[in-house]
Amino acid sequence: MKTTVKIKRYDPDIDDVAYWQDFEVECDEMDRVLDILNTIKWEQDGTLSYRRSCAHGICGSDAMVINGSNALACKMLVKEAGSSITVEPIRGLPVVKDLIVDMETFFDAYKSVMPYLINDDPVPDRERLQTPEQHEKFEDTTKCILCAACTTSCPIFWTNDEYLGPAAIVNAHRFIFDSRDQAGGERMAVLGTREGVFRCRTAFNCTEACPRDIQVTRAVEEVKRAILFKKI
Amino acid sequence: MLHTFDAVIVGAGGAGLRAALAASPRCKTAVLTKLYPTRSHTGAAQGGMCAALANTEEDSWEWHAFDTVKGSDYLGDQPAIDIMCKEAVDAVIELEHFGLPFTRTEDGHIDQRRFGGHTHDHGKGPVRRACYSADRTGHMILQTLYQQCLANDVQFFDEFQVLDVLISDGRAAGVVALELATGEVHTFRSKAILWATGGFGRMFKVTSNAHALTGDGPGVCFRRGIPMEDMEFFQFHPTGIYKMGILLSEAARGEGGILRNDKGERFMERYAPTIKDLAPRDMVSRAIQTEILEGRGIDGKDYVHLDLTHLDPEVIDEKLPDITEFARTYLGVEPKTECVPIQPTAHYAMGGIPTDVDGRVVIDANDTPLPGMYAAGECACVSVHGANRLGTNSLLDIVVFGRRGGEHMAEFVQDVDHAELPNDADEPTREMIDAILDREEGEAVGQLRAELQQTMTDNAGVFRTDETLAQAQEDVDEIAERYESIAIDDHGQTFNTDLAEAIELGFLIDLARALVAGARKRTESRGGHSRDDYPDRDDENFLKHTLAWLGDDGSIELDYKPVKLGRYEPQERKY
Repeated sequence: MKTTVKIKRYDPDIDDVAYWQDFEVECDEMDRVLDILNTIKWEQDGTLSYRRSCAHGICGSDAMVINGSNALACKMLVKEAGSSITVEPIRGLPVVKDLIVDMETFFDAYKSVMPYLINDDPVPDRERLQTPEQHEKFEDTTKCILCAACTTSCPIFWTNDEYLGPAAIVNAHRFIFDSRDQAGGERMAVLGTREGVFRCRTAFNCTEACPRDIQVTRAVEEVKRAILFKKI
Repeated sequence: MLHTFDAVIVGAGGAGLRAALAASPRCKTAVLTKLYPTRSHTGAAQGGMCAALANTEEDSWEWHAFDTVKGSDYLGDQPAIDIMCKEAVDAVIELEHFGLPFTRTEDGHIDQRRFGGHTHDHGKGPVRRACYSADRTGHMILQTLYQQCLANDVQFFDEFQVLDVLISDGRAAGVVALELATGEVHTFRSKAILWATGGFGRMFKVTSNAHALTGDGPGVCFRRGIPMEDMEFFQFHPTGIYKMGILLSEAARGEGGILRNDKGERFMERYAPTIKDLAPRDMVSRAIQTEILEGRGIDGKDYVHLDLTHLDPEVIDEKLPDITEFARTYLGVEPKTECVPIQPTAHYAMGGIPTDVDGRVVIDANDTPLPGMYAAGECACVSVHGANRLGTNSLLDIVVFGRRGGEHMAEFVQDVDHAELPNDADEPTREMIDAILDREEGEAVGQLRAELQQTMTDNAGVFRTDETLAQAQEDVDEIAERYESIAIDDHGQTFNTDLAEAIELGFLIDLARALVAGARKRTESRGGHSRDDYPDRDDENFLKHTLAWLGDDGSIELDYKPVKLGRYEPQERKY
């Protein structure tokens, strides 16, 4: 089948402003949108620039706006995307070139929630015990691949890039609800600030955007409740 | 720009990050990665990491070592295997202390499951040895190690692609890297360098490997006179998604999944009567390929079925959620009720940069170290995997030898000064980049790469003969010649991925030459190297590691070094 792909292009070395460019690509309905971008890059226009690596939805490199919604290009097939596809960079982060955005503010927000296990007890000889029920409380948020699809789908983040955004909150959730962690209070102090979790207006965009099917909004709400009721 | 560090680590997957955690507190350390660290392919590893914790049944590290030796078809170096299997227990416990969310037993211990080639009592039957986190163990290892690096203020240079290594007076002196965002060339002066760039499966057409896995680290070293070890041993994983190569973990069979041919027959019963579908990967891949060649592929085509339909749907959801989702997404198949089409997929390089058990790069048949040079993980060859790696042992390898390399490196830099940088250290890199950027017309990179991948898959795949390997050699030589006149579309400085891909193809070509040359000379079948024209293992002539050097004209020179044996004498490999 033939697919028309409309891609938002921008090369800072050449262009003053971004523009749309159309490509026609011969493809199969089981091809990934990433395969189509690769076909364009390898056969039609090598200047087309985007990040990609694993090509099956686990490395988080290729989040982009496809037909208006955030998705990983390697997880969306042509049969879902249709015979006319628009592709543009994720929103709310500065565009570096074509579909590549500057991820620094995204990772800064992530780092601000202390995304690592903190436990000051003496290290035991063997594993710390954790029951399946305790594990279940945070398992969903361990799936995050930091692709930024959630944060850059959030209307609050679009208008205020100081907002930590759902990905940072998801990663704080992963530790706040881990029975082995002892720094929930410090993380909740970060998330309880002006640019923290209460900026969220429960738009659910993040949950819809997550390519890992994490219940992002639910995680955000659980963090809000933990802060409000001081209970984990 | 010139930077000065005590230690530079190239690559930020499991091996690089674990090395960074070991080195960073003790010396000024930089981690250079062409991706963001969390994009590394360690994150794609699924099934588990073996260690004889004996949490669910009796086990011992010696059994683990025996399985690894046997799995390696006796080509693995036994002293290194002993170290890995012994240290595995502490490595898993340490990851747990770092915060890794392992799947747990009812009483809160780390749960363990079965995996291919892992047995109790020296091969008597499968054992539960793989510690896991659902089917995203690699993802959790990568995230956890990155998190610990953040907690320990490790300094990263994200999206810096290393293109050259500086060696002066026989010592490591630094690396040269391209900053992708700006196109700027940076020189990193360093007393020690640790390579942790992963594999190079992208030289094959059907592969489980990420686009980024182009062997940059081994490629750079190879061009600077460092030999590659055992390159002919490349693992084809039995269960890649048909046509796409995306990995479906062996954990699917560990949990009870079965391979079936067109007749619905559980064909592994014929090839490995004792452990059947849980035989090591080389054997299962050969079995699948044999079924296909003998006309028992599904509908006579080049794939077979992975059958999970008899598993408890809850087990599928809890223990294999990601891979079953891959089947739904990429094949439109529901694994709870339908069989999944699979075929062998190029998965793992057993060979690579030769090292000793402390990660030191050794550059000849006498194991002479190159001071200051280290490697760990898939890009290295210790050799703990020999001719065939057992499932889960790669995650173990990266953690154990990443740490050992990082520690040794941190010690090494305490007592030495920086080596003198060569004059115009970055000049060769600039010349290489400019030559590609300045050429207006020439061979297309995408086309050349596709030809390389096609011939490697057709002629240097699961089964090989002198005839197919000669064909591969001829093709790769021709591709290498045409590579000299490649031209790209993007001539800019900002995030020039066109340029990056062009350079990566050059590394793949060089490494493919080593693979094919080693494979042609090794006239026996052992582990992942299977010759139709020499179907038997030949210990008399080939119980030895291959070393390959790259000549200026692209020719490959081969030498051999002995396997380090130990408690386990080579025997016939039956399962």
